[in-house]
Amino acid sequence: MSDPTIQTTGFPWLTAVVFLPLAGAVMLFFVKESLVRWTALVVALADLGLSLPLWLLFDPSTPRMQFTERVSWIASPSINYSIGIDGISLPLLLLTTFLTPLCVLASWKAIEARIREFMATMLIMETAMLGVFVALDLVLFYVFWEAMLIPMYLIIGVWGGPNRLYAAMKFFLYTLVGSVLLLIAILVVFFHGGQTFDMLLLSRVGYSPTVQNWVFWAFFVAFAVKVPMFPFHTWLPDAHVEAPTAGSVFLASLLLKMGAYGFLRFTLPMLPDATETFTPIMVALSLIAILYGAYMALAQADLKKLIAYSSVSHMGFVTLGIFALNAQGIEGAVLQMVNHGITTGALFLCVGAIYERTHSRMIADNAGLARPMPRFATVLVIFALSSLGLPGTNSFVGEFLVLVGTFLWSQAAAAIAALGVILAAVYLLWMVQRVAFGLPDGHNTERLRDLNLREMATFVPLVVLVFWIGLFPNPVLTAMHASVNNLIEHVDLEEVSLAVPNP
Amino acid sequence: MTLPLSDLTAVLPELIIVAAACLVLGLDPITPASRKDWLAWLSLVSLAVCAGVTSSQMHLRVSAFSDLVLLDPYACFWKLLLYLASGLTILMSLAYLRTERIHLGEYYGFILLSLCGMMIMVSATDLLTIYLGIELMSLSLYVLAGFKRFEARSLEAAAKYFVLGAFSSGILLYGISLLFGVAGSTRLAAIAAAVGSRGLDDPALVVALILLVVGFGFKIAVVPFHMWTPDVYEGAPTSVTAFMAVASKAASFGAFLRVFLEGLGGLKANWYGLFLVVCVATMVLGNVVAIVQTNIKRMLAYSSIAHAGYALIGVVVAGQTEAEGAVRTLGVSSVMLYLAVYAFMTLGAFAVVAMLRKGGLEGDEIEDFTGLAKRQPLAAFLMLVFMVSLAGIPPTAGFIGKFYLFMAAVKAGLTWLAVVAVLFAAVSAYYYLRVVMVMYMRDPEAVEGPLPRLAMSPAMTIVLASTLAGVILLGLYPNPLVSVTTYAVLSLK
Repeated sequence: MSDPTIQTTGFPWLTAVVFLPLAGAVMLFFVKESLVRWTALVVALADLGLSLPLWLLFDPSTPRMQFTERVSWIASPSINYSIGIDGISLPLLLLTTFLTPLCVLASWKAIEARIREFMATMLIMETAMLGVFVALDLVLFYVFWEAMLIPMYLIIGVWGGPNRLYAAMKFFLYTLVGSVLLLIAILVVFFHGGQTFDMLLLSRVGYSPTVQNWVFWAFFVAFAVKVPMFPFHTWLPDAHVEAPTAGSVFLASLLLKMGAYGFLRFTLPMLPDATETFTPIMVALSLIAILYGAYMALAQADLKKLIAYSSVSHMGFVTLGIFALNAQGIEGAVLQMVNHGITTGALFLCVGAIYERTHSRMIADNAGLARPMPRFATVLVIFALSSLGLPGTNSFVGEFLVLVGTFLWSQAAAAIAALGVILAAVYLLWMVQRVAFGLPDGHNTERLRDLNLREMATFVPLVVLVFWIGLFPNPVLTAMHASVNNLIEHVDLEEVSLAVPNP
Repeated sequence: MTLPLSDLTAVLPELIIVAAACLVLGLDPITPASRKDWLAWLSLVSLAVCAGVTSSQMHLRVSAFSDLVLLDPYACFWKLLLYLASGLTILMSLAYLRTERIHLGEYYGFILLSLCGMMIMVSATDLLTIYLGIELMSLSLYVLAGFKRFEARSLEAAAKYFVLGAFSSGILLYGISLLFGVAGSTRLAAIAAAVGSRGLDDPALVVALILLVVGFGFKIAVVPFHMWTPDVYEGAPTSVTAFMAVASKAASFGAFLRVFLEGLGGLKANWYGLFLVVCVATMVLGNVVAIVQTNIKRMLAYSSIAHAGYALIGVVVAGQTEAEGAVRTLGVSSVMLYLAVYAFMTLGAFAVVAMLRKGGLEGDEIEDFTGLAKRQPLAAFLMLVFMVSLAGIPPTAGFIGKFYLFMAAVKAGLTWLAVVAVLFAAVSAYYYLRVVMVMYMRDPEAVEGPLPRLAMSPAMTIVLASTLAGVILLGLYPNPLVSVTTYAVLSLK
C-alpha cells in the first residue's frame, strides 16, 4: 500500500479476531443446551489466543497502523472496510479479548434463564467492541459503535435486576442521543475533509475554526456520554446496578473506554485547535467528575453503586490525562483505561460473587466476609488497593503519569485531582473494612462458601495483571509510546521535555 | 388515430396487470371457496412476469401516447418496488385473510387494480394521467380498507378514508385545473416551460401550487394532512395497511417527485420553504405522537408518518435553490433508497403483526406482544430486527437509508435539518424499543390452554424471510440499490 502511515501483513489477522466471536455466537444456536457455556468459553479463549500474536508481532517502534486490511465496502460515497491497530488501540483490543472469557466464567452460574441467548449476546458485544477499536473508517467505526447498543440493551433489560426496564431504556436513549450527533459530525467532517471517511486522511486536514468548534461539541456529547463525563454520567449508576455481573464488567471495563478512545482517535488528531481552545473546560469537567464521583461513592450503601460512582471518578482521571495534552498525560490515560478495565471489572466480579451467595448487594448485608471467605477477602483487598492506586499495583502507575501530565499543564488542577486519590482511599478502604472485616449484624454470613475453582480462575489472571502492570509497566507503555508521541506531534503541541518517570 | 406498437410496449406491464386483474375477478365466481389461493398465485405470476418485463425495460426511455406516459429508469425503479410490495402483500394475505375469515377472490383483483393505478402514477408525465392513476389506486384502496366488512372499525376506516381521500382528490384536481389555466396544458413539460418564463407573479399559480401540495401531502400522509392515517391504518385489515403504508406511499412519492421537480422545478424557491416546514413538522409530530400509542398498528401509522418526514429531507435537498447536479441527484436518490428500505422493514413489521393475529382475539395491541420472546422466539427476533431497522440503528438497512438522507442534507448545507432529524430518530428509538421491551423483558401472563396458533403459512415464511434478508443484506451491502437509484435519478429531468 502506498500510504506511508500504513503497514500491511498477509493474513487477515484482525478480521479473524473481530469476527470469531460473532461466528461463535451463531454457532451457539446449534449446540446442545448443556454445552452452551463451554462453547462460549472456548470461543472466547480462542479469540484471546488469536489476539496474543498481535501483541508479539506488534512493532512498537513505529506509530503506523499495523495489521491493516482494506476492502471497498460501499462504492458511493467511498466507504471502506478499513481496519488496523496502533499502540493506542492494541492494549484496548487485548483488554477486550482478555476480559470476555472471564465474563463468560462469571456468568456460568449467575445466569440461568436463556443462557444460550445470553452467551450469544455477549459474544456479539465482543465483536462490536473489537470493531470499534480497530476501525479506521469513520462509517465502519460508527456501525460498530451503534451495533453495540442493542446487545447491551438486551443484556441489561433481559437479564438485569428488578428495575432493569428503566435502566436499560435510560442507557439506550442516553447513548443513542450522543451517538446520533456523532453521525452528523462524521458527515460534516466528510464534506470538509475532502470527501473521505478514512480516519488517517481526515486527521491530516486542517479544518476551519468554526467547523472544528461545532464538530468538537458533537464529538464531545457522543464520547462524554460513553465515558461518562460529568454531567452525562447519570445513566451509569442505574445501568450498573441493574445489569448482571458480566454486563457490569463489559460496561465498566470496555464500554466506557470507547468514549475515551473516541477522544484520542477523533477529537485530538482531527480538531487540534478546538481541543486547545476547550481544554480548560474539559479539564474542569474531569476534575468535577473525579471529586463528584468520589464524593457520591462515599455515600453509597449499595456495592455496585459505589463502584459505579468510583468509575465516574476514575474515568475523570482518564479524561484529565487526555486533555493534559502531553505524552505523560496521554500515556497515563491509556494505561489508566486498561487499569480501570482490569480493576473495576474485578471489583464488579467480586460484587457478583457476593450477590450469588447472599442475594444482596448492600454493604450492610454483607459485613464480615473475611471469616467465612478468606480467599474472597484477599482478592477484594487486592483489587480495592489497586483501585485506590497503591504503589506496586497497576493504577498507581497510570494515576501517577496522569498527575504528572496534569502537573505540567496546571499545578492547581493536579492538586485538585490528587484530592480524588485521597477520597478514593477513603471510600474504598471504608468499604473493604465493612465488607471484609465488619461485624455481621444479624445476617447469617457465617456459612458462606469461599471462592470455588471456577471463581478463582476468573480472579487469578486479574490479580496477576494488577501486579504485573504495577511492577513492570514497560511492555504496555513501550507499545503505546510511538503512537502517543505521534499523536502529540500531530496535535502540534509543544513538546514537554521531561523524562518519563519509571516507577 | 392509430396506436403505434411502441406505445403498447411502453405500457406492457400495466396491460398485463389489468389483464390479470380482470382474469382474477372473472375467475373468482367459479373458483370454489377452498381454492381461492389459486387466484393469489395467479396474481403473483402476473407480478413476476411484469418484474421480468420491467427489468428488461430498465435502460429504455420511451415516451408514449403523445407524452402522456414516459417509460424511463425512474419509472421502472418505482414499478419494481411496487411489484415487490404487492407481491409480499399478497403472500402475507393468504393465511391472514383466512384467519380473519375474509378470504375472497376480489381482494387480489383490487390489489392488482390498485397496483395498476400506482404504476400509472409513477410513469405519467401528464397531470391528468397522474390524477387518473391516483383515483384508480385510491378507489381500490377504499374498498380494501373496508374489507373486514363485519367489523365496524374496518368500515369506519373505509368511510373515513373515502371521504377524506375524495376531498383531497378534489383539491388536487382543482390545482391541476388552475395549472392548466396558466400553462394551457397538463403536460409536465409544458407546465415547466410556462412556469419557467412566468415565475410566481401569477396568483393562480400560487393557489395551484398550494393546492397541489395539499393534494399530494394527503397521499403521502405528511403533517398537517396526516389525520386520516392512524384511523385508517388501525381499522383496515393488516395486510391492506401494509400495502397502503408501503406501496401507496412509494407511488405517491414517485409521482410527487416528478411533478415538483420536472413540472414545477421552476418554482423551487417557492415550494422549498413550504416543504421544509412540512418536513420538520412531520418528523416532530409523527415521532412524538407515536410514543403514546398503545395499538401497534396506530404506532406504525405514526411511524410511517415520521418516515415520510425523513424522506421529505431528500425532497427539500433536491428543492434547494442552489441544488444542482450532484446534490440534487443525491437528494432524490436518497428518497428512493429510503422508500425501498422502508418497504422491507415496514412490510416485515406488518407481516409479524398479521402473523400474530389470533382468530377471534385481538392481536393488535402492543400489550399482546408481552413475553413473545418466550412464546414465539423467532417471531420476536424478527420483530426485533424490524424495530431496530425502523429506528435506524446499524447494521440494518434502516441505518443505510437514513445515512444517505442525512448525507444529502449535510451536503446541501442543511446540517441543522439533519441534526433535528437524528434527534427525532433517537426519540423514535424509544417507541420502537418499547415493543422490544414488551417482547423480551416482560414475562407472559399464565397462558391457559394451548398456545394460540399463528397465522403461519409457507407464503408467510417467504414474506418474513425475504423482508429479513432485505433488511440485513441492504444494511450490510447497499451497493446494488445505491447504484440503481442513482441511475434511475439521472433520467429525471
